[in-house]
Amino acid sequence: MLILLLLLLASYAVGVVLPFCFPRKPQAQGMVGSVCACVASGSGIALGISGLIASEPLTASVASTIPFLAFAVRLDPLASFFVLTISLAGLAASIYAMGYLKEFHGRVSVATLAALTNGFLLSMTLVVIADNGFFFLIAWELMSLVSYFLVVTEHERADVRYAGFFYLIMTHVGTAFVVLIYLILFQSAGSFSFEAFRHPEQSLPEGMRTLVFLAALIGFGTKAGIVPLHVWLPYAHPAAPSHISALMSGVMIKTAIYGMIRVYFDFMGGQFPWWWGFVVLIVGATSALLGVMYALMEHDLKRLLAFHSVENIGIILLGIGAGMIFQTYGLKELAALGLLAGLYHTINHAMFKALLFMGAGSLLYTTHTRNMEEYGGLLKRMPWTGLFFLIGAVSITALPPTNGFVSEWLVFQALFLSAQLPTLFLKLMLPIAAAILALTGVLALVCFAKAFGISFLALPRSSHARHAEEVPIAMRIGMGSLAVCCVGLGLAPMIVVPLLDRITGPLTGVSISDKVLSLDGWALDTVNVEFGSISTPILAAMLIACGLLGLFLAFVFGGRLVKRYYKTWGCGINLSPRMEYTATGFAQPIRQVFRAIYQPTVKLETEFLEESRYFAKRRHFDLLIEPVFEKYLYDPVVNLFMGIADRLSILQAGSLTLYLTYIFVTLVVLLLFVV
Amino acid sequence: MLQAITLVVAQTIVLLGISPFLVGLIRKVKARLQCRRGAGVFQPYADLAKLFRKQPVVSSTTSWIFPATPYILFASTLAAGLLVPTFASQTPMSFAGNIIALVYLLALGTFFLILAGLDAGSAFGGMGSSREAIVVSLTEPAMILSIFAIALTSGSTNISTIVHKTALLEGIVTDPSPHLMALVALFIVALAETGRVPVDNPATHLELTMIHEAMVLEYSGRHLALIEWAASLKLALFLSLIANLFAPWGIATTLTPAAIGIGLVAYTLKIAGVAVLIGVIECTFAKLRLFRVTELLGAAFILALLGLVFFYILRG
Repeated sequence: MLILLLLLLASYAVGVVLPFCFPRKPQAQGMVGSVCACVASGSGIALGISGLIASEPLTASVASTIPFLAFAVRLDPLASFFVLTISLAGLAASIYAMGYLKEFHGRVSVATLAALTNGFLLSMTLVVIADNGFFFLIAWELMSLVSYFLVVTEHERADVRYAGFFYLIMTHVGTAFVVLIYLILFQSAGSFSFEAFRHPEQSLPEGMRTLVFLAALIGFGTKAGIVPLHVWLPYAHPAAPSHISALMSGVMIKTAIYGMIRVYFDFMGGQFPWWWGFVVLIVGATSALLGVMYALMEHDLKRLLAFHSVENIGIILLGIGAGMIFQTYGLKELAALGLLAGLYHTINHAMFKALLFMGAGSLLYTTHTRNMEEYGGLLKRMPWTGLFFLIGAVSITALPPTNGFVSEWLVFQALFLSAQLPTLFLKLMLPIAAAILALTGVLALVCFAKAFGISFLALPRSSHARHAEEVPIAMRIGMGSLAVCCVGLGLAPMIVVPLLDRITGPLTGVSISDKVLSLDGWALDTVNVEFGSISTPILAAMLIACGLLGLFLAFVFGGRLVKRYYKTWGCGINLSPRMEYTATGFAQPIRQVFRAIYQPTVKLETEFLEESRYFAKRRHFDLLIEPVFEKYLYDPVVNLFMGIADRLSILQAGSLTLYLTYIFVTLVVLLLFVV
Repeated sequence: MLQAITLVVAQTIVLLGISPFLVGLIRKVKARLQCRRGAGVFQPYADLAKLFRKQPVVSSTTSWIFPATPYILFASTLAAGLLVPTFASQTPMSFAGNIIALVYLLALGTFFLILAGLDAGSAFGGMGSSREAIVVSLTEPAMILSIFAIALTSGSTNISTIVHKTALLEGIVTDPSPHLMALVALFIVALAETGRVPVDNPATHLELTMIHEAMVLEYSGRHLALIEWAASLKLALFLSLIANLFAPWGIATTLTPAAIGIGLVAYTLKIAGVAVLIGVIECTFAKLRLFRVTELLGAAFILALLGLVFFYILRG
């Protein structure tokens, strides 16, 4: 295992340096960087799996001369699982990049991009394997900075610079809170090592524990993109190159989930009042619902996907929150179930979200636009990309028998088991959260029906789409491998659940693998088969059998299965793309029904012909969805700080003598203190 | 094992066989209430046979999604149907999925139907898809909640187990109010999901009002036959759900020939009864405007939620 770890670190490190050794050869730079990342993430997959099944966690440490800092790593099951998730997505993204980087030849430095990608994957891996608080913070900051540079890859565009700046500020606000967690823990533990955090010399007072909870929720929540701290996410994730968007949305936000589980279940030892779990549950439900609702209104495909990340983080937090509530009341098996559901959804979301972002990247690669209204008819022109995107879409909407279905089902079951809780309030709140999850699930279905239907079906809506071509083979392999993962993780819960059980077992103190798997692993259940079970392999078999039955019936009753092609009836005139439903039009009923949330403003300006008021010369239509959080939460804060800065700018008069006076005054004041 | 396979096959035959009859029955009831004679109750069988023999015309605009959707829809609806008890309370496939699997299986079919509606590129299809999307997004949460409110009583989310326990009078309902609320909610959901008045009108092809019919407007021949059959299967599924969840009378709890015989007769009578009720509702209510539909479906959601709340409050 240690060899795998060293191979991983070495390959990423080589991948950071080597691309620069091929000046003026972007093809070679990209290829070298991608190959290094492939080797590293390949060994990461092996490392993650062996870490999950190993009986003793691998530990390694290199001392440093800086006090309290040790470069210590520990691959316990939780860390190994995240290494596996990062590496799976990393491998697919690296293969994808081999083709996709061509998009950037001659525009930006491919060597920098390839090196930063390696650095990004390395820093994420370090975050989850770090076993020392100080080291964790270094890796965390590294991850934030590297991802910032990746976001601003196309820095010549003003909107990209804005997205990057927004991200940089938000992520550092988050980091400040993360630092706070470790400082508080350090106070009682006297050391930055995670082992000391677990068993501090003196236990933390109640107020400090609450502070740690809130700091972790805000600090990690900013990175994860929980509502209302999500505002940076729909700017930053789409601005990055698509394979980086895939990694940011697929795995980087998951490091925050890792942080939360590490702090709540590991450092805090799973000892917390019920309201911690309840707050996480509420945050999860809000993020899930609002994430999908805002996604529905987007017709920039990458922004749409970014909002879905907010939704899915919410679903993960619903599982974890339910688990925390059960943990408080000592219902260990249910706590393990909630946590397991959250973790299962974590890896699933990494797979399908990375897949979908790569699909969006492929469309961007061939059409050079992110606007869905300019796509259309792409399934015929890009059959493979279309198929993979469809698999991703079916998975993210949790339709059986894909992976999203399994994990969302587990979250549902955890929420439905609230009857065992002692208080009426919580008994009620968990099923209500399940109702919100149900609404979220269906809205996600509508959203992806829109995304796939408008982008890939019917007639091309622009010349970009008309001239679209299938993407290079490397990009298809990258997407295809993730599509296989999506299907595999759905059909084989009997393999995934025992592995996840090795994580939740130590954290909650009880193993539930035997309980959750029944009928020789063919069915998943939560209490027993009586309470409710699913079996995705059987469901898949049933679907195939019933589909074949349909084919058979068509053959028996109809005879020869031939069909005739003819153009669509266009009410007497030839069908044109302008007659098709648009993405905006498709979502109109949703916008109308939930207008209380969207607060849409419609502006219609019509310029009439001079001769007659009945014929319009030109119409201008504006539709605006109120960015509620930015307007009412962020703008006041920004304005406040700008106001203060304006006032303080008087001090900065630009005169050297004045500055010297400041220094002199400061010195005098300090001396007064000393005396 | 053999017994299980026989039961699955029997249930498939019963569902496929009885579903067109239900459509015919509703049409007949409507016709009689409108003082028409109407077509015979077996007319839908003839329609299906005719459609299967016709050569389908497929729009040249479409992709593979369009011809594949009828099979996917048929498969997902039938698979969902196999999770719901019909004449016998214990369905062999019930371990493969509980209420959530049922709802999501139906959603799988709906997802592809929405896509197929968009695929031909005509505005009618898109309009139907867009409207179906809003209807489905409001019905499915209500459906999960309403069945869950009943599931609480019997301590199971497997539909087959709920029905079996209720039929054996285990977990007797001491206070029926949660059940009644859930029943009303599920009934509204059933009307919406099967495209009935007041949500949708299966007999219309007017672009102002149609939802389901607009989505499948481009279909013809055997594709249309499969879609029509799937739609009637969905109707049978919801009628079975309502009949067996709330009135599991006469359902075969054992697998003796006598019990199965009684079960079959009771099942047919029960779902025919609910079908007649739907026919009466279709005649006595006007179709709601699309944006008024949301109020009805919102009410179903709230009712199901109230059922849940009442259950816990009554239990204490």
